Parts: sequence; structure tokens; C-alpha cells
Amino acid sequence: MHLALDFPPISHLIRWPTIFGSGMWAVNKVVLLEWLAVVLLIWFFLAARKGALVPSGVQNVAEAAVDFVRNEVILQTIGPEGLNWTPFLLTLFTFIFVCNIFEVIPVIQMPVNARMALPFFMTAIVFFIYHYLGFRHQGFLGYFKSMLFPPGVPKALYLLVSPIEFLTYFFTRPLSLAVRLFANMLAGHLLLATFAILTAALFTATYIGAVIPGALLVALYGFEVLVSVLQAFIFTILTAVYIGGAIHPEH
Amino acid sequence: MHALMLAAQNAGELQAGLTAVGRGIVYGGAAIGPGIGIGIVVGNAITASARQPEAAGAARTTMFLGIAFTEALALFGFVLAFIISG
Repeated sequence: MHLALDFPPISHLIRWPTIFGSGMWAVNKVVLLEWLAVVLLIWFFLAARKGALVPSGVQNVAEAAVDFVRNEVILQTIGPEGLNWTPFLLTLFTFIFVCNIFEVIPVIQMPVNARMALPFFMTAIVFFIYHYLGFRHQGFLGYFKSMLFPPGVPKALYLLVSPIEFLTYFFTRPLSLAVRLFANMLAGHLLLATFAILTAALFTATYIGAVIPGALLVALYGFEVLVSVLQAFIFTILTAVYIGGAIHPEH
Repeated sequence: MHALMLAAQNAGELQAGLTAVGRGIVYGGAAIGPGIGIGIVVGNAITASARQPEAAGAARTTMFLGIAFTEALALFGFVLAFIISG
């Protein structure tokens, strides 16, 4: 029995043809989805602004989101003085979540964050914010001192520690922040595509053979919902950790 | 040996095959350490919240942070596997 199982090259799964525009302003499915996410978020927050005493519907969800970001992200990492960062972190969390959840919505099925552009851009914003905060709260020299010479390390070890810390702040942190989100969504997308192709091929070959991969595919959809939430949460909480570290350094 | 010589006649095929092997090794190698590391992180978080259930919330947040830092290494390998091209 020959199984018609040819996996398409990766570029077929994530590279979308241009719909209109050209060059730098070319618009494809991914860009349209980003716009859709923005529109959805604006609608979401406008609908939640009613401020009814007894919340219902969208307002309920929005208040739960605010509560989550405030209690689970900010108070756990920055502390009470970080509460004025709630709007920024809430926007970050909800935007990343909406962009991720496109992965499992039928017909759309494309996580926007599986292309490097958006994670890279958001990471650039976070990168500039925490360095700016560090300079503003600790002064130029003070920031570099607390960054390169963490207290409680034997003097001789600074030869080793300082370069590592420098790389961490300027290279590893932004790189890992962007790559973590990007690679998780790309891996999830490829995983779903692989199982969908496998299920389809087995279904055309033998009806019964598609049962197990089909069931696994459904389970993976549930798993990817979890990953979408988790990656939005992790991106937000890491941003909060970096901001907290810049606002009050270790003593 | 015979198969290798046959493949060597077609250098392009050999290169494509070795690229595929390299990709597999890169991701497989990158997954070893983080796999063990995430196991340690989660295991200790479970131990912590079992010993002190009232601190389970703090342990969970720290656990996710630890997973995120550990997992980043495996994801670098994942991305690197795609970057490698013959």
C-alpha cells in the first residue's frame, strides 16, 4: 500500500502570497490578521469601558484580564509600585494572546507570531523600555554598575561575571524573549500541520487508520490553546521582571 | 560503503542528506539539556507546593519563569535547525 504522504516545505506553511500592495507595503494574510487583532482589541476595551457596577459579558472578561495581569504578573514580580505599568502589560498580554489564538481558530489557522516580525518588534519596545527605566531610575553609571557588578560576588570573579552580565542584558534577553514566542508558535503551527497532513493521508488510504492521529490532532488543538495563553503570559511576566529589575536593582 | 560511494557521485544529494542529518542532530542535542532542566524545575515546584500549599501560587509563577528560561535553549536549537541550509 502506498501512502501519499509528502510533507510540504516549511515555506509553504508560513509564507503567504501578497494580497495587495507591493514591496515594503505588501499586505498578506499575516498583516491582515494583525490588523484584525488590533481592531478586536480596540472593540474589546471600548466595550469594557462601560463600567457597569455589575459587570456582564465583555466587561466581565476584561475585568478578569485586568485582575490577572495585576495580581499574577505585576504584584508577583514588580510589586505595588509597578501598578502604573498595568495598561502597557495588559495591552501586551491581550495582543499577544489574540495573535496566538488565531492558530487554533478554524479557517484562519495562522499564528501571527509564527513570523519573526511581530515578536521582534515587541521585543524591541520592551528592550528600549527597560533600558530607559534603568537609566532614569539609577542614573547612567549606576545602571551600568548594578548591571555589570552584581553585589555579593567575589572580586576576582567579576572578570568572568561582568562580560556574561553584559551579554545577558544586551543580547541574550532580547534574543530569547523574541525567539521564545516565535519558536513556540512556529513549532505549534508545524505540529498541527504535520498531524493534519498525516490524518488526511491516512484517511484517504485507510479510513480506520486515521482514528488515532485524528484523535491526537484534536488533543493537540487543546494543547495549543494552552500554549497560546502560556506564551502570552510568559512574555508579559518576563517583561515585568525586566522592568522590575531596572526600577529597583538588587542590593 | 557502496551506498556512500553511490551518493558521493551526486554531490548535491549527499549535501542534502547531510543537511537533514545535521538538522536532526542540532535539535536533538539542543533538547537534551532543557529536557532534564525542565524536569528538575517542575519537580521542585511540585515538591515546594506540596510541602507548603499556601505558597503554591508563588511557586507556580516562579516555575513558569524557570521553564521559560530553560526552554529558551531548546528553542534556539529549534530555530537553528531551520537556519541550517545545505
